[in-house]
This record gives sequence, structure tokens and C-alpha cells, in this order.
Amino acid sequence: MKSLEELTAIRDKMQAIVNLRIEDSSCTKIVVGMATCGIAAGARPVLKAFSDGVQSKGIKDVMVTQEGCIGLCKYEPIVEVVAPGKEKVTYVNMTAEKAAEVIEQHIIGGNVVTKYTINSAM
Amino acid sequence: MYRSQVLICGGTGCTSSGSEKIAKKLQEEIEANGLADEVMVVRTGCFGLCALGPIMIVYPEGTFYSMVKEEDIPEIVSEHLLKGRVVTRLVYDETVGENEIKSLKETNFYRKQHRIALRNCGVINPENIEEYIGRDGYQALGKVLKEMSPDDVIQTILDSGLRGRGGGGFPTGKKWQLARNLVKDADQKYVCCNADEGDPGAFMDRSVLEGDPHVVIEAMAIAGYAIGATQGYIYIRAEYPIAVQRLQIAINQAREYGMLGKDIFGSGFDFDLDIRLGAGAFVCGEETALMTSIEGNRGEPRPRPPFPAESGLFKKPTILNNVETYANIPQIILNGADWFASMGTEKSKGTKVFALGGKIHNTGLVEVPMGTTLREVIYEIGGGIPNGKAFKAAQTGGPSGGCIPAEHLDIPIDYDNLIAIGSMMGSGGLIVMDEDNCMVDIAKFFLQFTVDESCGKCTPCRIGTKRLYEMLEKITSGNATMEDLDKMEQLCYYIKNNSLCGLGQTAPNPVLSTLRYFKDEYIAHVKDKKCPAGVCQDLLTYKIIDLKCKGCTACARGCPVGAISGTVKQPHTIDTTKCIKCGACMAKCKFGAIIKE
Repeated sequence: MKSLEELTAIRDKMQAIVNLRIEDSSCTKIVVGMATCGIAAGARPVLKAFSDGVQSKGIKDVMVTQEGCIGLCKYEPIVEVVAPGKEKVTYVNMTAEKAAEVIEQHIIGGNVVTKYTINSAM
Repeated sequence: MYRSQVLICGGTGCTSSGSEKIAKKLQEEIEANGLADEVMVVRTGCFGLCALGPIMIVYPEGTFYSMVKEEDIPEIVSEHLLKGRVVTRLVYDETVGENEIKSLKETNFYRKQHRIALRNCGVINPENIEEYIGRDGYQALGKVLKEMSPDDVIQTILDSGLRGRGGGGFPTGKKWQLARNLVKDADQKYVCCNADEGDPGAFMDRSVLEGDPHVVIEAMAIAGYAIGATQGYIYIRAEYPIAVQRLQIAINQAREYGMLGKDIFGSGFDFDLDIRLGAGAFVCGEETALMTSIEGNRGEPRPRPPFPAESGLFKKPTILNNVETYANIPQIILNGADWFASMGTEKSKGTKVFALGGKIHNTGLVEVPMGTTLREVIYEIGGGIPNGKAFKAAQTGGPSGGCIPAEHLDIPIDYDNLIAIGSMMGSGGLIVMDEDNCMVDIAKFFLQFTVDESCGKCTPCRIGTKRLYEMLEKITSGNATMEDLDKMEQLCYYIKNNSLCGLGQTAPNPVLSTLRYFKDEYIAHVKDKKCPAGVCQDLLTYKIIDLKCKGCTACARGCPVGAISGTVKQPHTIDTTKCIKCGACMAKCKFGAIIKE
């Protein structure tokens, strides 16, 4: 039998899953390029890292999703962070480790990780 | 953790169009593409847009795929789930914008809806209690048991203005108050749930039970605490196998988690629930008949008083509420009475679920605030009438209700307004009729239903409805006189005033309301021996217009009884003595030369 505290604990755990099903257009989007070029360059672990990171840290109002090829195959895996009212940030040559850094510093901390952005790669 | 979730509707509508197979195929494809630990497949309850089933929604993007087939699945998995490219051709066309896929919430069907009773339908997996808990499930029960007295609970429900959603519209809080206070020394009380949804065309309660069974369990436990009952019964018809199965799973899980049983949340409050299956008799939706049936007797009503709050199930104080009524309770407890009372009209608070059916584009389930107009429901949310036909009437309240003609399309829907125009809210079935429907025939249809469903205990209903039906038959066969119309109206009032229970008391409503708004159609049947809508077969004749007939012989070859004669390239004729009015000739004619009148 569960106590009210245990019930609340289950709720908090499950919210990460069910809240994914509530659409909110005002949220920040993390978009991972998952075309053939992206997948070949290792985009799948990157996508997984972002998705797991956001959910396990209980970050609200952030959606992790994929898109097709944006035409810069050389720089794949590419990840775009689109926040409402802000300029889009494009990260290139991403890995799962870099993803963790981006979540920590950019998504939570609000500071763009400049060394991974497309501007510093070009 | 999963990065994406695919929700597939597991309601009765989508299941019958194959969603179970699709879910299986989807799981296989996901595994084949190595996505098993990234994408989660969830079987949910009804999304509401049943006309477009089987329905599938992919989150986090919220992409809405409609009319999905098994063979579409590999494409959806490899393109969308793996590479993030939405398969546009399968997406619900209202969500396809010029450059992007729009959110489902922006579509006409969902935009004006406000979901309280249906808030979890199509969102959670009804067979997983933890998903319900994740949507604040059982928090209201916790709040009630830890922070509120039974009188607080009843006061909250009273203040919210919630009225019974089964059709009667009796204030729910009042019902609970009576059950709590009327009998002081009762050794047992009961909480019952009426899930015997019997109106033709209504499927709101089924969808709530299929999509969110725990909400009913939680609300019944709250009701039990409020009135002092420790046992509840859910009376549900056996024709709802999916709902029964999910409800049983939910009850078992609730027991396992201690949401039902002894000493819930350590508060000392005990409550348990059992399911009782009904055999689908319409009369068992009437409260006294329902309780008689739960007791194990033949489902027949008994006179009131005594009312169930005083002497109900097993002669103990009992409350009986409808599924949708219960579905509102936990949200009222969590958000407060003021929140609920801020929605709706002066005397009808909150929202109402309607099952849209008949001549309408978006057949399905909608929930709108009370006071929404019929026009908004039918034209904006429902997408209007197919094939450019004209709206004639909407039937609400099923066989107990009446029809609403076009002149009342702009009346805000609430309990009192609908009664004022001769219909009723009913449980929420809303059947739309267009110019091709004959209103006398509709009245006859509903009467046939009540004749079949009358339990036979009282004479006015048993014999009265039968005689009424025969009068309608006389009209549709062209043998009635104007005097018969008056007699029929008299009989209607006689049945209404003298029947024992709600079934008989409301049975003549479809006749009375069609007489009120469509008397000209009745007169056309009686005086001119014509059916203006071309439905009543006895009053129809099929004719060939000579000028339009090219003599192609298609009709003559298509006629199953050889009633059409004529030579090639000459106008044909129909022998009306042989014609069985099947309409096959009309369907065959390419020149529109055959008419019925």
C-alpha cells in the first residue's frame, strides 16, 4: 500500500513521461539532424543523450526532436537550439559528451557553448 | 528513457478499424530499426476524432496521423521516427500548413474544446495506473482524506454548481448532501456509478471508461468518503467489453496501490468497488431499475419516493451518478469550486461532452463549455454537414429528448435552454439530421426503440408506446387523417403523465418535438400523402422523366423485379404495381431521368 508521499513520488517520476504528450508551442526546441548523413556521423547517440538528459534532469518546456538534412553534411551531427524570441544556435560535430555540456551550460545555464557552434567551426 | 512516444488510439472506434494490428506492427518495425529503447508505443483511449481513425500521434512534435493503415507503418518508422521527416501524406490535412505542420490544438476540431472530463482520454495508457498518477491522479483523493471533512467535500461540490451529466441535471452536491444527512443511523451506504449508457448514438461514458478508468474510481472513493459509504458498484453494460476489461484492470491496480481497500493513505477510511454487468436493457439506466438489477432481480423500476438517498440499493442510502459526472470530481477538488463555476452559464457550470453522430463530418467525441452554441458545435467543431446538404435538425437526449430545428441553432447549450425549446441535455448524444431525413420517420425510429425497451411493468408505457408507434406507422403509410394527429398528441401527454419511470415519461418527446417544429411534414404525410424528404417508402413513387430518358436500358437491366419496360432509344416507363421502390434504377441512371416523389 502506498502513502501519499509515495504517490507524489510516483507522480513526479511519471510527469517526465506524460508531460511529453502535452504540446506547448512556447517551449525551446532542441532539433537534431537525423538524415542519413547525420546518422552516419553519429547523430543517434547525440539525440539519445539530449533526450535522456532533458528528461532525467526534469527540465521543463524543452522539446527534443529531429529533422532532416539541412545541407551542411560535412558538419554533422548538427544540433539546433531554437528558443522563442531568441536567435537560433547551431552546434556542429556533436557527440554525446558535448551534448551533456550543452544541456548543462546552455539549456540550464543559459550560456551558449560558443566553442561548439558553427561560427567557431567555419 | 524514451525520446519519442507514439500514441495509438485504443478506443472502440479505432480498435474496430484495426488499431491493434497497427500497434503490433509498429512495435515490430521499431524493434527492427533498433529504436526499441528510444521510442515508446502507448495504447490510449479515445482522442475524439473517431471519423478519422485509426489515429496515431507522435510526440514530442504532436504530429497527428489519421486513417493509418498497417502498410504505412514501415514508412512512418523509417522516415519520421528515425529521420525526423514527417510523412505529410498521412497527416490530418487540417494540420498541414504551407510550410509547417500545425499543432493539433489549432485545428477547428480541437480549438473550441475544453477538456475536463476527457482530459486524460487519448493522453495516458488507461491500463497503467502510474500514467494516471503522473497526471495528478489520486491527488484529489489524498487531499480529501488528509485535509477535508466530508462536509467540506460536499460544500465544494455544491459550490462548483456541478449537475448530473446523465441527463436529469440534478445538482450533484445536493444529492450527496441528502445521502449523507437523510438517514442518520445507517449501518451501510452505497456509491453507485451509472455506466449503462443506452441512448442510440451516445458513447461518451464508454470513452471515459476506456480512456481514463481511474478517474471514475477516484471520484467514487471521494463520494464514498463524503457520504460515509465503504462500498461502491459500477453498473456497466456487457456490450462494452473493452471498457469492462480496462475498468477491471484499473480496479485491480488501484487495490494493489492501496487506492482502494482498507485504511486508504493511512486515514482510516475504507472503500472498495465492484463491477456489475448489465445485459444492455435501456430501462436499467433508470436509477431504481439499475439498483434492482444490481440486487440480482429483474431490472424494473419502482415508484419514488422513497428516493435512493433514503432507501436505495439493498434498501440503504445510496447515491448514483453518471460516469461523466464522476469524471469532473477530482479536478473540482484539486482546482476548487470557483475554477469550475467560472466556466459555463449561470445555471449550468463546467463543460459537457457530446457524441457527434449522424450527418456530420467529424463524427466523434467533443467536450465544450456549457453555453457553446449548437452552431459552433456542428459547423466549427463538427465540420458541418457532408455533401453540401442543408441542416434540418439535431436530436439531443436520444429517445428521451427532442429535436432542435435550424431556427434554434444559436441558442447557448445548457440544461434549461434545451428544456425550454422542448428537448433535453440527455447524456450527450447529438445526432445531426439533414434535408434527406424525414422527421416522422425519425420519431418512428425512436418510438420503435422505446417499444422494444419498455420493461412492461406499467401499462401507459407498455401499451401506450406501442399504440403511439402504430399511429406513426399509419401516418408514414399514408392512411392517417388529421384527427389521428390530434389523438396522437393526446396519447403523448397521457403516456408522459402516467408512466412509472423516466423511460415512459420521456418516451413521447421525440414525437412531441417533431410535431412542434415539423408539423408541416406530418401534414404532408396525412393530407398530401407525400413524404417531403423522400424516405417513407409507402408514399413514394419512382418516375421516369420522358424528356431526360435516352432509352439506354440501364435501369431496366438493373431492376430486380422487371418493373421497367421500354424499347432501346425510347423513353422507358416504370410499372408502379410491380415496383418495390428499392431505388436500384435511380442509382443506375446516368442522366438523372429517374426521380422519386
